[in-house]
Amino acid sequence: MEVCLPDAAGLAEAQLQVQIAGVHKVFRTDAAEIVALKDINLEIRSGEFICILGPSGCGKSTLLNAVAGFSLPSSGQLLANGREVIAPGPDRAMVFQEYALFPWMTVAQNIAFGLEIKKLPKRQIAEKVDALLDKLSLNEFRDRFPKDLSGGMKQRVAIARVLALDSPIMLMDEPFGALDALTRRTLQDELLRIWMEFKKTVLFVTHSIQESIYLADRVVVMTYRPGTVKKIVPVQLPHPRDLNSEQFVSLQKELTQMVMEEQLRFQNDEIAFATCD
Amino acid sequence: MSSKSKMAKQLLHATILPVCLLLLWELLTQSRVINPQILPAPSQVFLRWIAYARPQVPYQEAHLGLLAWLFSGELPLDLFATSYRVVVGFGIGAGLALPLGLFMGTSDAVYKLCNPLIQILRPIPPIAYIPLAILWFGLGNPPAFFLISLGVFFPVLMNTISGVRHVDSIYLRAAQNLGAGGLTMFWRVILPAATPQILTGLRVGIGVGFICVIVAEMIAVNNGLGFRILEAREFFWSDKIIAGMLTIGLLGLGIDTAMNRLNNYLLRWHRGLESK
Repeated sequence: MEVCLPDAAGLAEAQLQVQIAGVHKVFRTDAAEIVALKDINLEIRSGEFICILGPSGCGKSTLLNAVAGFSLPSSGQLLANGREVIAPGPDRAMVFQEYALFPWMTVAQNIAFGLEIKKLPKRQIAEKVDALLDKLSLNEFRDRFPKDLSGGMKQRVAIARVLALDSPIMLMDEPFGALDALTRRTLQDELLRIWMEFKKTVLFVTHSIQESIYLADRVVVMTYRPGTVKKIVPVQLPHPRDLNSEQFVSLQKELTQMVMEEQLRFQNDEIAFATCD
Repeated sequence: MSSKSKMAKQLLHATILPVCLLLLWELLTQSRVINPQILPAPSQVFLRWIAYARPQVPYQEAHLGLLAWLFSGELPLDLFATSYRVVVGFGIGAGLALPLGLFMGTSDAVYKLCNPLIQILRPIPPIAYIPLAILWFGLGNPPAFFLISLGVFFPVLMNTISGVRHVDSIYLRAAQNLGAGGLTMFWRVILPAATPQILTGLRVGIGVGFICVIVAEMIAVNNGLGFRILEAREFFWSDKIIAGMLTIGLLGLGIDTAMNRLNNYLLRWHRGLESK
C-alpha cells in the first residue's frame, strides 16, 4: 500500500502523472461517425489540479472516461502513473456526478468497499474508515444509508471512498454539478484542502468557468465537436482565491469568451439538428 | 391525542362498509329472502368457523399435551398441511429459479441457451400440468409440490433475470473503478442491486404458489384448506365452504404480510420504501 508522504510527493513534483498524446476517440453509430476527441495532447504533472472546461458535447467527459479506462481511445497514447491505460482501476479513482454510492451499503461500508477489495486487514480498514469519516465530517452519518443523505453529504462520502484507495490520481466528472451554490462552495474549499493535504493529481471536469478558475492550476478549454484542446490557461493565483480580485475577473472574462464561442457552435448544431428532423 | 382520534376515524372509515354489508346480508338471510342453504347468514358462518377450528374430542379423551390438543381441530391441521405444501413447493421452485436466473442474468451464453425453451414453457399455466402431475407423481403431496414449485418458478426466474440484467451501469462502473471484479462484483454489487426485483419475483411467486396449492389440494390430496372446501360442497355445507374460503384468504394475507415484512427489512436501504 502506498501512502502519500510529503517528501515522496515533493520528489515526484517533476514527475508526469498523466500523459495524453495524440488521443483520438471516434464513436460509430449506424448513421454517422462522431469524432468526440481529436488529437488531444496533455501532460499533467504530479500534484497538479487540472480543470477541463467546455460546453456540452465537447468531449470533456469522454476524455475523463478514457483516462479512467471506461472507454479507451480509438488511437493515440494514454499513460497514467507511467503505465498504459487499458482498464478501469483503483489507481485512477473517480468521483461521479451521480455520486454512484452503493445504496445497499452504509456510509462506512461504502468507504470500506475499496479497501476490502484490496484485502487489507480488518483493523487497518476500520482505522482508515474512521480517519476518513473524521476528515470529511461524516462521523454522525457512518451507519446511515445513502438515501438518507443530502447531495452534498453523498458527494463527501464519494470523495472519502476514493481517498481510501490512496490513489495518486483523482478523476472528477462534474462532481458538484448537481449541488446548490452554497454546498458547492463548501465542497470546493474542502476539495482544495484535501488536494493540498494529500498531494493528489486532480483531473476535474466542469462547465462552470468560475469553478475552474477557483480550483485549477491550469484550465484546459475544449472545443465543441470535434473535441480538441482550444487553449490551456494557467491560473497563477494563490489559494484561497478571491472571486472579486482583478486577476480573477479578467481571467473569467477571457475564459467566458472562449467558452461562449464553443457554446454558440453547440447551439447552432442543435438548431440545425432540430430543423433537419 | 389528535393522532388517536385520527386513527379512530380511519378505523371507522375502513370498517363502515363491511359492517353494513354484513348486517344487510344477515338481515336478508334471517328473513329468508335468500335461501340460507345457498348463502348462509354471517352468524351461521361464524359459528361453523368456530366448530371447524375447535378440537374434535374433549381434552380428557384426547390423551394429548395441552398445546397439541388446542391445535387438534380440523382447521389448524388443514392450515398446517396447506402451509407446509406452500413452503416446500416455494422452496423447490425458488431454489431452482434463483440460481438459474442469476446464471441467465449474468451470462449471455446461458441466457441464449435457456431463454427460448423458457419462453415456450412459461405461458403454460401450472394448472394445465395437473394431468401430467398426477400421471407422474400419483396422489398425495408430490404432485402438489410439483404444481406449486412450477407456479413459483417462472415469476422468480423472470424477475431474477431482469433484475440482474438491468443493474444500473453506474454501480458497475463505480465498482470497477474501486477495483472490483468477478465474484466480488457479483456478490457485493450485482446481487444487492438486483435484490429489489428478485424480491418482487419471490412475492409474486408465492402468490401464484398459493393459488396452485388450493387447486392441487382439490385434486390430489385429502386434507388441507382446498380439499376441505371441496369436501364441504359434497355435503351442501355452504357455511363451511365460506369459513374455509375466509381461512384461505387470511392465510394468503398472512403470507403476503410476512413477505412484505421481509422485503422491507432486506430493502431498508432502498429509496421509497420508508413510506409503507
